[in-house]
Amino acid sequence: MSTNFISLSYLISAVLFVLALRMLSSPSSARRGNVLAIIGMVIAISATIFDQHITNKFIIIIGLGIGGVIGSFIALKIKMTAMPQLVAGFHSLVGLAATFIAIAALMEPEYYGIGIKGKIAPGHLIELIVGAVVGIITFTGSVIAFAKLQGIMGSKPIRFRGNNIVNLLIAIIVILLSINFCKTESMNLFLSAIFISSLLGVLLIIPIGGADMPVIVSMLNSYSGWAAAGIGFTIGNILLIITGALVGASGAILSYIMCKGMNRSILNVILGGFGSEAESANRDEEEGEINRSSPEDCAFLLKNASSAIIVPGYGMASAHAQYALKELDDILTKSGVSVKYAIHPVAGRMPGHMNVLLAEAGIGYDKVHEFEDINREFSNTDVVYIIGANDITNPAAKTDHASPIYGMPVFDVEKAKNVFFVKRGMSPGYSGVANRLFFNKNTLMLFGDAKDITEKIVKELKNL
Amino acid sequence: MEEAIKEISIIAKEAKLLNEKSAELSGKINDFAVSCQNNLLSSGDSGSNFILLLSIFVLACFVGYYVVWKVTPSLHTPLMSLTNAISSIIILGAIITVGAKGFGSSHFLGFISITIAAINIFGGFVVTQRMLAMFKKKQ
Repeated sequence: MSTNFISLSYLISAVLFVLALRMLSSPSSARRGNVLAIIGMVIAISATIFDQHITNKFIIIIGLGIGGVIGSFIALKIKMTAMPQLVAGFHSLVGLAATFIAIAALMEPEYYGIGIKGKIAPGHLIELIVGAVVGIITFTGSVIAFAKLQGIMGSKPIRFRGNNIVNLLIAIIVILLSINFCKTESMNLFLSAIFISSLLGVLLIIPIGGADMPVIVSMLNSYSGWAAAGIGFTIGNILLIITGALVGASGAILSYIMCKGMNRSILNVILGGFGSEAESANRDEEEGEINRSSPEDCAFLLKNASSAIIVPGYGMASAHAQYALKELDDILTKSGVSVKYAIHPVAGRMPGHMNVLLAEAGIGYDKVHEFEDINREFSNTDVVYIIGANDITNPAAKTDHASPIYGMPVFDVEKAKNVFFVKRGMSPGYSGVANRLFFNKNTLMLFGDAKDITEKIVKELKNL
Repeated sequence: MEEAIKEISIIAKEAKLLNEKSAELSGKINDFAVSCQNNLLSSGDSGSNFILLLSIFVLACFVGYYVVWKVTPSLHTPLMSLTNAISSIIILGAIITVGAKGFGSSHFLGFISITIAAINIFGGFVVTQRMLAMFKKKQ
């Protein structure tokens, strides 16, 4: 097939990818969008394989087959609650592939037409080392993120004294090695730079705690795009560059939205999260009266309410309470209560995590509302049911300048008539800040497992 | 008369040879032109080529920026799994490595890359489709 034909196929694929992203603007068109992206991928891969210069076609197809079977199997078996770690795991693969391709390109530059061994143009050497380093940081960083989300590693931040200085030193070493590599084109320097960068990926992610994961998962998503674009520059492939840019931009936007949802900067998340300052803010926490409640009371109030808003958080995901919520929703809707869901941008462990779980349970997406759309409605709401969320409801973020979470957008749940707060115990949220909401007169605490409590309420409602 | 015919046939033969040679030459020139074009496309020595790729990259970043802001927040998880699948387009690089003649260590690295990128492509698309199928309006 001619070069023009291949280029044209790449252009078609790029357009299909853009359209696919565009169609994610609404759930009704999104599935067609995914199909377009699949078509784009098939066109790009077939055009490349059937190029006359490509030999070893059989080996390529075997690789595709093995990967395809493994990938499809994982994707079909995975539980929706495990989606964050699956995405982190997938990101790691893109990073690893990028690094391997960069190494292969350095071994046999003729294949990509970037010169001959020992005489690669400096521009290409820079592209190669950047692609490889970003790739390996994406790989090791995503592996750590995966381990944390999967629970193989504790989700608590691991910090040691001066970790930022160590990171800085490593970054400087990587840069020095890279500069020397570009001068000498030495494979050993290249591999050393990759190896040391892999440590940087680990060290960047281990200090990140569970609730900051949405930012990190988005950031790694972005990196995997930049790595693809980097390889695209090296081998002069326009489709890689365009796709990499699309993915990179997408991940960057998601990171920005997540950071804004926590009122923090990306640097603040990476360089040090809620740490010592949070402890000092705990010093004179006003202890107040809390109101304990029971599932029976909750059922009674819900039954007599005309409107209810459910605020889910990561606790709902970890307790697998979404199906119990759906049952609760069905009973209430049947008896004429308007039920809505309020989703905070950073609820859960990745962007959109709550929406997927609610959709999985069969809750219609037209009932699920974003922060700006629903925050005004709390003042006209009879009952708010907070399940597995904490910091995103803390009024201190609006009033207390000393609070570490000050400025973070939080739901105005306290404006509702009654607030039920499902919680395991009195421990503070991720930020380490006690939630003042607990001591409000209209807050009723329900202590226990999110799923158990919800199921008990459902049972009571059925008896009423 | 006979001589004239002989001469003509000799000339004809020569003309045929010349014709073949010129065809061969034009083929070579054509190949050369194509390879020049390829070199120009894929060599970083020409600064303008890098600028061309950079222009495409920057414009694609803008396209991505505007398109992704339009994505509804409720579909941010499928957005991540979909972008993850398409970023595995990096597989094209691996295909070029494995597709080159022979089989050496670079081919082996390429083969592993093809396999892991394929896990990503299939896994990403399938899981996206699974998620999107769950998003329904209220019955």
